[in-house]
Amino acid sequence: MSNSKLFRIAAPVFVIALLIAVWWLIVDRSNNPIFPTPGQVATGAWELVQDGSLWEHITASLFRVGLGFALAFLVAVPLGLWMGWVSGAFYTLNPLFQMLRPISPIAWIPVAILWFGVGDTSPIFLIFISSVFPMMVQTTMGVRTIDRRYLRAAANFGVSRTVLFRRVVIPAVLPEIIIGMRIGIGVAWLVVVAAEMIALRSGLGYLIMDSRNAGNRYDLVIASMIIIGVIGLLLDGATRLLERMNTVKWRYVR
Amino acid sequence: MSDKKIVIDGVTKGFGALSVVGGVSLDVRDGEFVAIVGPSGCGKSTLLNVIAGFERPDGGTIRIDGVQTTGPSANGIMISQHGSVFPWLTVQENVMFGLSGASHRDQVELAGRYIAMVGLAGFEASYPHELSGGMLKRVELARALVVKPEILYMDEPFSALDALMSLKMQIELRRILDEERHTVLLITHDVEEAIYLADRILVLSARPTTIQTTFHVDLPHPRKLSSPEAQELREAILKELGL
Repeated sequence: MSNSKLFRIAAPVFVIALLIAVWWLIVDRSNNPIFPTPGQVATGAWELVQDGSLWEHITASLFRVGLGFALAFLVAVPLGLWMGWVSGAFYTLNPLFQMLRPISPIAWIPVAILWFGVGDTSPIFLIFISSVFPMMVQTTMGVRTIDRRYLRAAANFGVSRTVLFRRVVIPAVLPEIIIGMRIGIGVAWLVVVAAEMIALRSGLGYLIMDSRNAGNRYDLVIASMIIIGVIGLLLDGATRLLERMNTVKWRYVR
Repeated sequence: MSDKKIVIDGVTKGFGALSVVGGVSLDVRDGEFVAIVGPSGCGKSTLLNVIAGFERPDGGTIRIDGVQTTGPSANGIMISQHGSVFPWLTVQENVMFGLSGASHRDQVELAGRYIAMVGLAGFEASYPHELSGGMLKRVELARALVVKPEILYMDEPFSALDALMSLKMQIELRRILDEERHTVLLITHDVEEAIYLADRILVLSARPTTIQTTFHVDLPHPRKLSSPEAQELREAILKELGL
C-alpha cells in the first residue's frame, strides 16, 4: 500500500527530473544563444514574481476564464437539461450545436474582435464559446441516458414533475455535468492563452508574446508555459473535488 | 366484486409484429399472493408491466378495485430484478422518496420504522454503493412498503441475489406479509420460491403467453419445502414447464 503510494509520487517526479536534466544537458552542449536552460527559466520566473507582474497576469487570465466559464455553465446546464428532457428541443437544436461545436474557438477571434473590440469582453466571449458546448452536450447526453428504471420508479410513486426533476433527473445527471465541467474548464484554459496573444495587455498569453517580442526572452516564455501547465492541473484538480460529493460518488465507485 | 382486487380480462400485448401476451384473464383476490412461473422469454415481465400500468395493453382491460387502470400508481409498487434504489440518495432518503403530505418529522419516523422492519436499522445514512445486493433489496422493499401500497408487483425480485440471500429474503417477505396485508403478484423462475410464498401458482405457456395451468397451494405457513406435499407440487409444476 505505502509502497505503491511512494511509487506514484516517486515515478513521475523521477521522469520530470530526468526530462529537466536532459533539457539542461542539450542546451548546455548545443550552445544555443536563445533557448534557455532550466536554471535560466527559474531565474526568469523569480524575476516575474519579484516585480509582481506574474501575479497580475495570472489573475487577469483566471478572471477571464472564471467569468467566461461561469456564463457558459449558466447557459449550458439549463439548455442541456431542456434538450435532454424534451425530444422536440433536442431534434430542433442538436444539429445546430453539433455544427457549431467543431469550430475551433480560435476561429472566432476575428468575430470576437469585431463584436466586442479588444477589451476583456472578447476573451471572455471566446472562453464562453469554447466551454459552453462540451458542458451542454454532456448534460444533454446525461439526461437522455438516465437509467429508465429510476424514472419508472419515480413515476410509480406518482411524484410531481418538480420532485422528479429535483430529486431524480438532476442528481442522476450531476456526474455527467461534472465531467462536462472538467472538459469545459480544460478547453477554457487552452483558449484563454490563445485569446490573450491577440491585442491584449495582460494575462499569461500576453506574457508569452510580450516576452518574445521584448528581446527574445525565451526564459520567460518557457516559464509562462510551465506556469500555465501547473495552473491547468490545479483547475482540473479543483473541478475533480466535486466528484467527492456524497451524491455523485456512486458514479465513480467500482 | 368487493373481494376481487385485480380483474384482468382478455389482455393482449405485442411489440410490432411480435405477439407477446396472448389473451390473459385472471382475477386476484384482495390479499392474495399469486406467483407466475413460465419459460424464460415467454412474456411474464411484459404481462406484469401491463398489469402494473407501465405498458398499455393492446387489447383487454385491467381493473383494480373495479376501476380500469390507465397508468402506474403508488397503489401498486413494482420491485424488479435489477432494483431501482436511487444511488444518489441515502437509505433514509430513498425510503422517504414516495412519502408526501406528512410533516418531515413524521416521514422520518415512518421511514425509520420500515427501515427497521427490513432489518436495516443503523444504515439510514448509508449510500446504496456502500451496501450489498441483499441490503439494496431491503431498501427497495422498505421504500415500497412505506407508502402502504395495496399491491406489490415483484418481477424476479431476488434472482440477482445468491441462493442463500434469496432464501433469506423469501422468509423475510413472508414474515412482513404476515404483519401487513398486501396483494402480491410475483414473477419468478424459482419454483420453490413460488411454493414457499404463494397462495396460487400460474404456469404460463411460451410466447404469445397464456395461462397454461393453475395450482392452488393450501399448505400452512411457514411452509416446509421438504414436505411430501410441497415436493409433489414441485414435481407437478416442473412437469408443466416441461422438465
